[in-house]
Formats: sequence, C-alpha cells, structure tokens
Amino acid sequence: MPGFALFVLIMVYPTVQAALISLQKWAPVPGGRSEWIGLDNYLKAFSDPVFLDALVNAGAYTVVTVPLQMSIGLGLALLLDGAMPGRTVYRVLLYLPVVTSWVVVSLLFQYMFQSGPGVANLIVVDVLGLVDAPVPWFLERWTAFIAIGALGVWKGVGWAMIVYLAALTAVPRDQHEAAALDGAGRWGRFVHVALPALRPASIVISILLIIGGFNVFISVLLMTGGGPANATQVPLTYMYQQAFEFLNFGYGSAIAFSLTLVILAISAVQYLATRERKGG
Amino acid sequence: MVESPQIRRWVLATRYILLTVIAAIMVYPFAYMISTSLKTRSLALGSPLDIIPTEPTLQNYVDVFRLADLGRYIANSAFVSVTSTLLIVFLASLMAFAFSRLRFPGRRLLFISLVIGLALPTMMLIIPQFILARDLGLLNSTAGLIPFYVGTALAFHTFLLTGFFSTVPRELEEAMIVDGAGLWRRYWNLIVPLSRPAIATCIIFAFLGTWDEFAWALTTLNDESQRTLPVAIALFRGQYSTDWGMVFAASIIAVLPVIVVYIIFQRQFVAGLTTGGLKQ
Repeated sequence: MPGFALFVLIMVYPTVQAALISLQKWAPVPGGRSEWIGLDNYLKAFSDPVFLDALVNAGAYTVVTVPLQMSIGLGLALLLDGAMPGRTVYRVLLYLPVVTSWVVVSLLFQYMFQSGPGVANLIVVDVLGLVDAPVPWFLERWTAFIAIGALGVWKGVGWAMIVYLAALTAVPRDQHEAAALDGAGRWGRFVHVALPALRPASIVISILLIIGGFNVFISVLLMTGGGPANATQVPLTYMYQQAFEFLNFGYGSAIAFSLTLVILAISAVQYLATRERKGG
Repeated sequence: MVESPQIRRWVLATRYILLTVIAAIMVYPFAYMISTSLKTRSLALGSPLDIIPTEPTLQNYVDVFRLADLGRYIANSAFVSVTSTLLIVFLASLMAFAFSRLRFPGRRLLFISLVIGLALPTMMLIIPQFILARDLGLLNSTAGLIPFYVGTALAFHTFLLTGFFSTVPRELEEAMIVDGAGLWRRYWNLIVPLSRPAIATCIIFAFLGTWDEFAWALTTLNDESQRTLPVAIALFRGQYSTDWGMVFAASIIAVLPVIVVYIIFQRQFVAGLTTGGLKQ
C-alpha cells in the first residue's frame, strides 16, 4: 500500500523525530553533531517569558474569539433556520470568509487596520467616536490582538453557523409542535427544545475552535510577525522564529510539543467536564 | 397558542433586516478589496467608504502579470494542487477501500494511527518534516511540495471516505465476487461510482487545501521562480513597498477559483464539514 508508506514517511516518522529533536541541542547542519540534553529545552521553554507570554496571548485570543464565534454563529443559524426565500444566498455570503485563504484575509485586515487612514480607524474615531485620534493598531500588544481577533471572528463565524444549522435541522419538528401545543412561545421553545438539542454540536464546535485558537499562526505571522519586541508572539510564530530564523530546531520542537500537550490537556479536561455534567 | 399573521410577518422582517446588516458587514471587506484593486496608487489611500472608485482602472491587474510574474505563480500553484489532489483522492480511496472492505493483520492498529494523525496539528511537524525534505533533496522545488501535501492530507481523506464506503451495501459486492470480479474491479466499477458525492467532496477539499497552503511552501521554497501563489502574494508586500492595489489584484485572482468552486459545490461543502469535522 503506497498510500500508507507515504503516510508513515510524512506523518509518523516526523512525529517520532520531533520528540527526539526536542530532547537535543540539535545541529541544523547535515552531519553536524547534536548534543543530547534531555528535558533542558522544555525547562527552558517554561521559564522563557516570551514563550509564556505567547501562551497567554494565544489563550486570550481563544477566550475572546471562541465565545464570539459560537454566539454569533448560533444567532445566525437561528435567523436562517426554517424555510425562507433567499436562505441560500445568505448562507453563501456568510460562509464566504471561511473558504477564503488565510493569507489573503490577513493582508486584507492588515490593510483595514493600518494606523493612518484605515477603515478601522475611521469607524472608531469618526463613526463611533470611541477615541480621539487614530489608533496605531499593530504597535501595541492588545490593540494588535483586537485586529487579529476581529479577523478570527469574522473568518470563523460562518463555520459555526453551518454546523449549528446542520444540528438545528436534526431537531425533530414534532418536538417543536408539542412544545407549541403546551403553550410555549418562541423563547420557551428555544430554551427547552432547541438549546438542549444543540448541546452535542456546541461541544464539538467549542473543542475544534479552541484547538484552532491555540494554533493561530498565519494571521499573526503576516499582520505583526510577533512584534513589536515579541509583544504579539503566539506559540507557533515563536516556534517558527526559533526554528527557521535562529535555527534552534531543538528548542522549536520543544515549543511545538509543549503546545500540543497544552492543547491535548485542555481538550481532555473539556471532554471530561462535559461528560460528567451529562452524568450528573 | 397560534401567532397572528401580523406578528409572523413582523418577525420575518426583523430576521431579514438583521441578516442583511450582518451579511453586509461580512461582505464589506471583500468589496473593499475589490475596490482597492481597481484604484490607482494615489487613490488607494482615499476614503475607505468610497467603495465605488471614481476612476476605475485595471492597471493593477496588468501590472501583477507584467511586473510581478503572476502567471508563473498561478502555473506553479495549479500544477502542485492538481497533482496533489489526484494523488490524495486516489491513494486515500484505495486505503479507504482496504479499511472498509478487507480484513488484514494490523488493520485496527493502522486505522488508529490514522486517527491520531488526524488530531495532530500540522504545524507541529514542520521542523522534522523540513529536515526530512532536506535529506530527501525536496527543498526549494515546487514539485517537492507534492509528497508532503499528499502525506499530510491522507489521514483526513481516508477517514472521510472509509465512513462513506462502509455504507455501500455488501450484497452488491458479493454479487460481483460470485461473478468472479477481482479486488480492482470491485473498487473501480462498484465502490468508486457509487461514492461519487463523497469523492467529489474529497476533490474539493484536497484542491482547496493545497491551493491555499502557505506555511510549508513559505518554509521550503527560496527561489522566486518556485513560489506558489499564496507565498508570492504574502511576499509582494515587501517587494513593491506595499502597493496595495497590486496586492489585492493578485489576491482576487487567487481567491476567484475558490469562490467559484465554492458557489457551485456549496452543498458538498456542507456535507464534508458536517461528516468529517474540520481540519484546516
């Protein structure tokens, strides 16, 4: 089976090698001598303020963008649920950002959030009047993450909407009718019929979005490059910089592995928590 | 408790208004991108609300082909993604056929390793894959991307197709065995024609994944002549000191095939998303 051979070569073998490299002071030159240093790379990572800040950044990005994507996505799905003319047109339009390449939309949002005359500044200064002067979005940690997060939400909402829509069509009609006969209004039917039926979809969506949030990469790389002064670094951009700019392949691998462990741990906790609540 | 037609009409109107406002917000960045690509350099930094350019020009589109050699990058990307897509779908369908139809030793173990491969973030393996590509002499060539694109995508597509192939009734196959049909004929004349929708879904996802892939191509390609479209667009920024009109003209050309494919096959998109989860 040639397919499997390729899978082993491209996926399985590198996984094993990633683990091994992360335990070495890896020499990037072919034939160079690599030094075995055990867990040093990991100890270094978890005492490296840049890496820890990068984790906080990715965490903050996830904590803000995931609930927004889910609630807006659910809202849109509810608005589009049921037969109505033009439904497909809206669905196509709202899903468009999901299929567009990350590179293109990152450049687009960088343009919209540029310091001087960008749309973002037009909105916050002239339309909403939130601030007096144009904001230099990408020169500061949290304003940069507002731009990066805005992109994340804009691009992800359509996906959450589609999955919720699929889940809503699976809610049996007769349950709605039974609830209506019992005198439940729109709101009551939503809380007692739709919401419980959407639980499994919500769990899947949240797990996948959280994984995606911690894996944020292209948008940060292209919009800020992790700068200024590492302020907007996320784990993957930092890993990338360590490996391909500074050629610290061992340290980069340790960062990649640590991130994977963090993600697995969060997913496991989340999975167990949802299972427990179901049991109780 | 039946709602009066008046309330019902009012609810529907609110839904349309809300949807239209949100859809307008979601589509605005695209409109802005198109409008900027049609403006001359001096007007590109004008007011962001002038969506319809006063003197529209196609000069940027001419320039990206003349100055920036866009034709070459389109050709590179088309070559890589078409070849990879064919290989991905062919190899994944063979593997899926084996998993769903044949009993062989190690079947469970192989399938489990595939599912684990599905869960690993692709970026995590970029360092060992880079070393592997270097050792195999696959760096810095467009064709060298193909084995990595195919290997990385196999897990997802095999998983998707295995589920679908398992639903093909066994009786049909047994009838063919009685007629003396070998493995290949059962795969090619029975499973493949019956699984057309699933295979179409795979073709779409494989094509989009390879057409938009950025991080790996950025890391392994150095020569300008070997670049794929997303890498070329990302690197335009520096080269032409951020001539946004050109950047967006190239972006639109890169996004256009994706949007066309999406609009034609949007049903397949939803099917692929809801059955296979999503891996970006």
